[in-house]
Formats: sequence, C-alpha cells, structure tokens
Amino acid sequence: MFPTPIQQTSRFTQISYKVALPLSILIWLLPLAAIMMTSVRSIADINAGNYWGWPEQWMIIENYTEVFTRTNMGRYLLNSVMITLPVMVFSVGLATMAGFALAKFKFRGRVAIFAAFIGGNFVPFQILMIPVRDLTIQTGLYDTIWALIIFHTAFQTGFCTLFMRNFIIGLPDELFESCRLEGATEWQIFTKIVLPLVRPALAALSVLIFTFIWNDYFWALVLVQSDEVRPVTAGLSALRGQWLASWQLISAGSIVAALPPVILFFAMQRHFIAGLTLGATKG
Amino acid sequence: MQETSVHSRWHALTPWLFMLPAMLLFAVYVIMPIFQSIWISFFDWDGIGDKVFIGFGNYAELMEDPQFWTALWNNILWLIFYMLAVPIGLGVALFLNQQVLGIRAVKSLFFFPFVISQVIVGVVFSWFYHPTSGLLQDIIGVFGFEPLPILASETMATYGIIVAGLWPQIAYTMILYLTGLNNLSQDQIEAARMDGAHGWSMLWKVIIPQLRPATFIAIVVTVIGALRSFDLVATMTGGGPYGSSTVLAFFMYEQAIFSYRMGYGAAIATVLFLLMLVYIAFFLWRMLRAERG
Repeated sequence: MFPTPIQQTSRFTQISYKVALPLSILIWLLPLAAIMMTSVRSIADINAGNYWGWPEQWMIIENYTEVFTRTNMGRYLLNSVMITLPVMVFSVGLATMAGFALAKFKFRGRVAIFAAFIGGNFVPFQILMIPVRDLTIQTGLYDTIWALIIFHTAFQTGFCTLFMRNFIIGLPDELFESCRLEGATEWQIFTKIVLPLVRPALAALSVLIFTFIWNDYFWALVLVQSDEVRPVTAGLSALRGQWLASWQLISAGSIVAALPPVILFFAMQRHFIAGLTLGATKG
Repeated sequence: MQETSVHSRWHALTPWLFMLPAMLLFAVYVIMPIFQSIWISFFDWDGIGDKVFIGFGNYAELMEDPQFWTALWNNILWLIFYMLAVPIGLGVALFLNQQVLGIRAVKSLFFFPFVISQVIVGVVFSWFYHPTSGLLQDIIGVFGFEPLPILASETMATYGIIVAGLWPQIAYTMILYLTGLNNLSQDQIEAARMDGAHGWSMLWKVIIPQLRPATFIAIVVTVIGALRSFDLVATMTGGGPYGSSTVLAFFMYEQAIFSYRMGYGAAIATVLFLLMLVYIAFFLWRMLRAERG
C-alpha cells in the first residue's frame, strides 16, 4: 500500500484524516451545492441576495414543476434518450464485430486499419464539422435525430473498436480453433462464443458511450436546430438565453439534465471505471 | 483443390465482412471529412454559392488576424494550465488511497463532476463566478476583496474557464491514478521500505515510475481535452468579452456558422488538426510499438 495505511499512523494523523476527508468533499462539491441550493429557492430569495441562508420559501416542487411546464425540458430529455440509446446499441454492436476481426484474424492492412480507428478517434471535431454538416444536409437528415444518431455511431465506433479489440484479443485462441474444427461458421463463433464472453466489456462500454453521447454539445449545435429534436445540452443553453435572470429555473433544469448520467454512474460505477481506466495499468 | 481455394478465399474475406459496416461509417463520417476540410480550406466559400480557389489565401489571412492569435495563445494557455490536472489528480488519488469507512462513497463523489456534461459545469461555474450573486465573491469578500467579475474581464476570463475545466479533468486523472495505485507491486514497495525509502523518496523513486502507464494516459487525455475545449467557452463566455477568451475550436465554429466563412473556418480547423496530429502520431507510435514488442 502507498501511502502508508492511515491505521498504521499516529493518532493525530488519523484524526486529522477523518476531519480532512469530509471537509475536502465539501470544498470539492461547493460549486455544485450552490446550484442545488439555488434550484430550491424563490426568485425573491435570489433577488434579496439570500444564497446560503435558509430559504425563505422552499420552492422544490414549484421550481422543478416549472422546468417541465414552462420550458421544453421534457421534450429535450426525451430527445436525448431517443438519440443516446440507438447510438449505444449500434456503435457497440458494430465495434464488437470489427474488434473481433481485428483481434482474431491475421490479414494484410490490419495494423493500418486499427491505427485509423484509434487516430480518427482523437481528431478535433472542427475538422469534421463542415463536411459532416454538408453531408447531413444533402442526405436530408439535417435537424432530425438521425443526423445525430448516425454521426455519433460512426464516431464512437472508433473508440469502441479499440476497446473491444483489446478485450477480445485476451480470449483464448484454442476456444476458436476447437469450434472451427467442429465445423462452426465464423458467424456462429461470433454469436455463440464471442458475444457471451464479451458481456462485461459490453456493459462497461455501454455506460461510457451513454455518458459521452448524453453530454455532447458541439454536434447538437451543428446538426440540429429545432426544439423538437434538440437534446438536453443544447436545450439547456437555449433556456439560458430565454430565462436570463431566472437562475432558480436554470439551476433546476441543469440538475434535471445531469441526473440520468449521474444515476447511471452510481448504479454501474464498477463498469464505468473499468471502461475508463482501460490501459491505465499496462501499456 | 478447387474447393479449398474457394474456401480459403472466402476465409480471407471473413474479417473484412465483419469490419465492413464499422469501416464504411467511420470512413464516410470521420476519415474522409478530414481530407475534405483540408481541401475546403483552400477555397473562399460561404457554404451555399460557388467555391473560389484561393490557394493559401485563408492561411495568409489567418496570419494577419489578431483574433486567430488570441485563440491560438488561449489554446496554449489551456495546454499549460490544464496540465495541472495531472499532478493534482495524483495528489487527490494519494489522499484518497486509504481503506477507511465510507471511502468508496468519497471516491465516487470526487469523481462525479466528470460524469456531468460540460454545459452544466459551465452553468455551475458561471453561477459560482456571478459578479453579484456568486459564491466566489462571498469567499473573497471574507478576505476583504472587492467582487471580481471574472468572466467579464478580458484578462481573467480564460483562466476562469480553465479552472472550471480542471474540475472534471482532475476527477478523470484522479480515477486513472487510483486504478494505477491499486495495481502497484507490493513487493517493490516492501523492498524499498526495507532500504529505508519513505515519503517523498518513495513517491519519486518507486511509486511514480510504476504509475507511468497511468501518467501517460492522463497526459494524453488532458492534451486532447485542452485542444478540444469548446463547450465551456461556448457556455461561459461565448468567446468574449471582445473575443478575449476564444479558442481555436470556438473561433472556427463562429466563423463557419455565424459568418458563413466555410473556407476560413476550414483553415482554422486544419491548424487545430495539425496541432493535434503531433499528439495523435506520438500516441499511435507508442501504442503500435507496445503492440509489436
């Protein structure tokens, strides 16, 4: 263990650690706490400069109801779900197939293709923006959820392929060989052997992709524009334009928009972190 | 014989069939657009009318455009100060790498700014910095300072945004280091302890070398994050005041979408891409080397 386990240190260090721990969280999450407190206040409270005191009136229900009744937040949330879920399924699915090919077949150009998937994954979005936007307009998909679904699927496939390939390469070759000897087709091997074995990787990857897509802002600005298709990130920034001084509404809206990935993270924390730290221990 | 050759040809085709859908989508939406953008950067184009070839005209104009230099300089500031996420993340990870009651919950709470959208991080920090209502003003007020309108100041806005960006980025590097610390070789630590290493000397000579893979990933994701910074700039200042907090990514978006200058925007994107290419090439080189060795 490093640092030295706190249990082996002096009593003074132990007590300071116990005090420092909650204190550090408090400081770390202070900006967030400010938003949460603002989201339950009345506008009068905010105008009176009461930010840290006890709220004059508790407006939890009023503010959060207003987010859904007076703004399009409900619609934005639904759009985000309708964009995020298909991307998750498509990109992980395509990448599992591609990852299988790159991990378990030897063919010319394998390294080059793998490198293209990895490299493409790191490019700045702006270098893709104009051609992708043009293509989307030409195919008549501009301002539809399919514009975002298709682009995100394509882009995330790079990262997902890297991830799946590195996972599948660890599966024992003997398993595949013995299936081939028994006359199984490659597709059967993929569906009967690979898919069940990669289940933990699928879970890790799915939660990551959900979070990435849910939180995307740039493409939501570039590929769609109307309220009927906007996801929450672009929706929230549109709300800020309309409700300039209504910080209680903006705060409540922000919290609503943040909830789905936060809940998913706490529910599937192990998978999430396993996915994110891939490569942090070896390589 | 005939049958085996058909069979082997079919067999050679198998991996390509598995890769086909992914490759096709990735080629159309990611690989080709890179080259198309570079091509567009040699034209004067409003996005609708005819393209007029102007060679390096857009690049020549960039050299004369003070806004470009501001954006580039701000990207360099992002690169420098965003790097703080690496040592701070290591510090937080060392602080939290203990086995005490509730530590798992503490780690999750430290990590969770990373899960939130940057748009929301932008809202959170805009409120934190708010010149009349922000918590920051209350805090510095305790020390007798006047309110600081950080995001309205040409000199401070970029730093204010970078601090907001560090919040989720530190969470990310912290989790990378926590995983690294979990996988340390206990034998080496014990051996070093026998040799009398402890505290700083242990950290420098034994721990940090073992954490190299984590450090490598942390630096890569931080560099990419710094060059990709867009969401926070767009939500917190919109590049302002007077373009002082813009970065290449936002400057490009502004030129292309609001000023209908596609060729000029593509030139900015190309510069940003070339900057990133240095890191992409380095990463690929290292990764492929590890793959072979």
